Amino acid sequence: MLAIYKKEMRSYFINPVGYVFIGVFLALSAGLCCYTTLQSNTYNTASYYYFLILCMIIIIPLLTMRTFSEERKMRTEQMLLTAPISITGMVMGKFLAAMSIFGGCLAVSCINLIPLYVIGSQETKASDGETIGPVTPEIIGSLIGVLLVGAVFIAIGILISSMTENQLSAAVVTIAVLAVMLILNMVNSVGSEEEGTRLINNYVIRYVIDWVSVVSRFSNFQYGILDWSALLYYVSVTFIAIYLTVRVYERRRWA
Amino acid sequence: MIKISHLVKNYGNFTAVDDISFEVAKGEVLGFLGPNGAGKSTTMNMLTGYLSSTSGSIKIGGVDILDDPLNAKRLIGYLPEQPPLYPDMTVEEYLSFAYDLKNCKLNKEKHLREICEVVKITDVYKRMLKNLSKGYKQRVGIAQALVGNPPVIIFDEPTIGLDPKQIIEIRNLIRTLGKEHTVILSTHILQEVQAVCDRIVIINKGKIVANELTENISRAVENTRRFNVKISGPQRDVLAMLRNLPGICYAEVLAARDGDAYTYMIESEVGIDVRKKLFWALAERKWPLIGMEALGMSIEDIFIAVVDKTAPEGVQRPKKKSRYEGVRAAEEKEVAAGIVEKTVKDQENASYDEESSDSAYYEDHSIKEDTFASEDKTEEKK
Repeated sequence: MLAIYKKEMRSYFINPVGYVFIGVFLALSAGLCCYTTLQSNTYNTASYYYFLILCMIIIIPLLTMRTFSEERKMRTEQMLLTAPISITGMVMGKFLAAMSIFGGCLAVSCINLIPLYVIGSQETKASDGETIGPVTPEIIGSLIGVLLVGAVFIAIGILISSMTENQLSAAVVTIAVLAVMLILNMVNSVGSEEEGTRLINNYVIRYVIDWVSVVSRFSNFQYGILDWSALLYYVSVTFIAIYLTVRVYERRRWA
Repeated sequence: MIKISHLVKNYGNFTAVDDISFEVAKGEVLGFLGPNGAGKSTTMNMLTGYLSSTSGSIKIGGVDILDDPLNAKRLIGYLPEQPPLYPDMTVEEYLSFAYDLKNCKLNKEKHLREICEVVKITDVYKRMLKNLSKGYKQRVGIAQALVGNPPVIIFDEPTIGLDPKQIIEIRNLIRTLGKEHTVILSTHILQEVQAVCDRIVIINKGKIVANELTENISRAVENTRRFNVKISGPQRDVLAMLRNLPGICYAEVLAARDGDAYTYMIESEVGIDVRKKLFWALAERKWPLIGMEALGMSIEDIFIAVVDKTAPEGVQRPKKKSRYEGVRAAEEKEVAAGIVEKTVKDQENASYDEESSDSAYYEDHSIKEDTFASEDKTEEKK
């Protein structure tokens, strides 16, 4: 697993794709931070992180598209699958490498919040002992949430990459799947319960859609609440996707 | 070391490998021959655990590849048909990745350097794989298989894309590896098999059609008593003399002509050596004997005969017209028939491997010391 992890990390940095991801992620997060908090004169980071997740739908596939499709195309998977490592180890190595890049970017993107803290401390000074500024627990909660959502997206991206030989189709399908998950969730929340104007009234359909609504579970993290059910949900979905990736490989061996 | 019993692989309705069984002893070099699409690569892929078999078992050093894939794979070094190279890596990075991947315990720097010397890629050690020529890529692929010094080495067509000198080098390498390692070599180049393999397995349409020691095949080949002789003299008279010479049962002029000399193909009766008699007969008539070459049957002939023998009617190669070819083909078919019959019997008798092999399980097959170092010494001695 460690060998795969090291190889993947290296490949992110000898290919443009790693740099492109890091660059795009940091630029987008900085831009979003400007428009959602600084421009609208607020310390509230909720919408910043919400829009960041929306952007991740487009940029996470950059990170995952080549993980398995490239190996398959170059026939290098033959080397990995005949080496004394388990398929689970191989998939985990790749997943963790993508997670490291993503996590690193997320950590670096925290510099976007420095202006908020600077302005906050100045306003605190100016006011009469009142503490003004961004709420740190909310930010930490959001970061954990974004990291978990990222893990789900990466696991799904890897799963889709393992099913195709073509990087581009892996990326497009991943974007499509993630976007559909988001759109279903939006459709689900159209209208209101009290007024009886829900677009989707059928309880079963609502339940099924709720199952795939990765984004809606994020809201509690924004308020600095560590939502255990959401946490469990994200971790399970991640592991299911990783497990399915392993199964894709097992199945191919038996086909 | 390797025991394959009743291996079957189906792709949907298509049976790629159909109930094959064979064993490879420790330190044996096995040649795996077959026309395109015969199931060579499928068998290799199953041997190395890349594909699973539909039924049957594969044991590497007593470890079943499906029951305990990690321990079985640890014993194997594999070069697939297309060397699995990452184009963005340098040779150094790539081999170091292979080393990590195989969780190798030998001294890394020394081990990799030795491998590079053995396959002669030291001069491209720092270069990117995508910039290497096909021959170098192939050799890096071979190097990758040797990393960790596994006791079983499986090469799927190792010499494609190499120039003749490199081919000889790789053959020598395989021969030296064969002293300590078990090697399986798939190829359709027959000289290669003849040159390096102890035993030959011929596979066609998913079935083993021949499984013989190379020397047995060679012996079968030597039994024939045919020569190409080049005689300078009037063609018709020479031919008449040859046909009348006691002990010669068949003579024919071949097309090759060299000045006033013609090449004749003669065949003697069994158990008679006509060479001396022929020399004196020619000397008497003052027809100089320019050349004489014993015509063994090459493995090519046997291979083609064996494959033809097992091909269904109608698919057979077009019958050769010349009488000379006819005679040869008849003989090949005889030898081929013998081999095929024996193999069919062997395949039927191959035991279903049911007995537990727990004792073998713990056997340590790993090769401790660096064998590559000793190879260099033996090469120097030569």
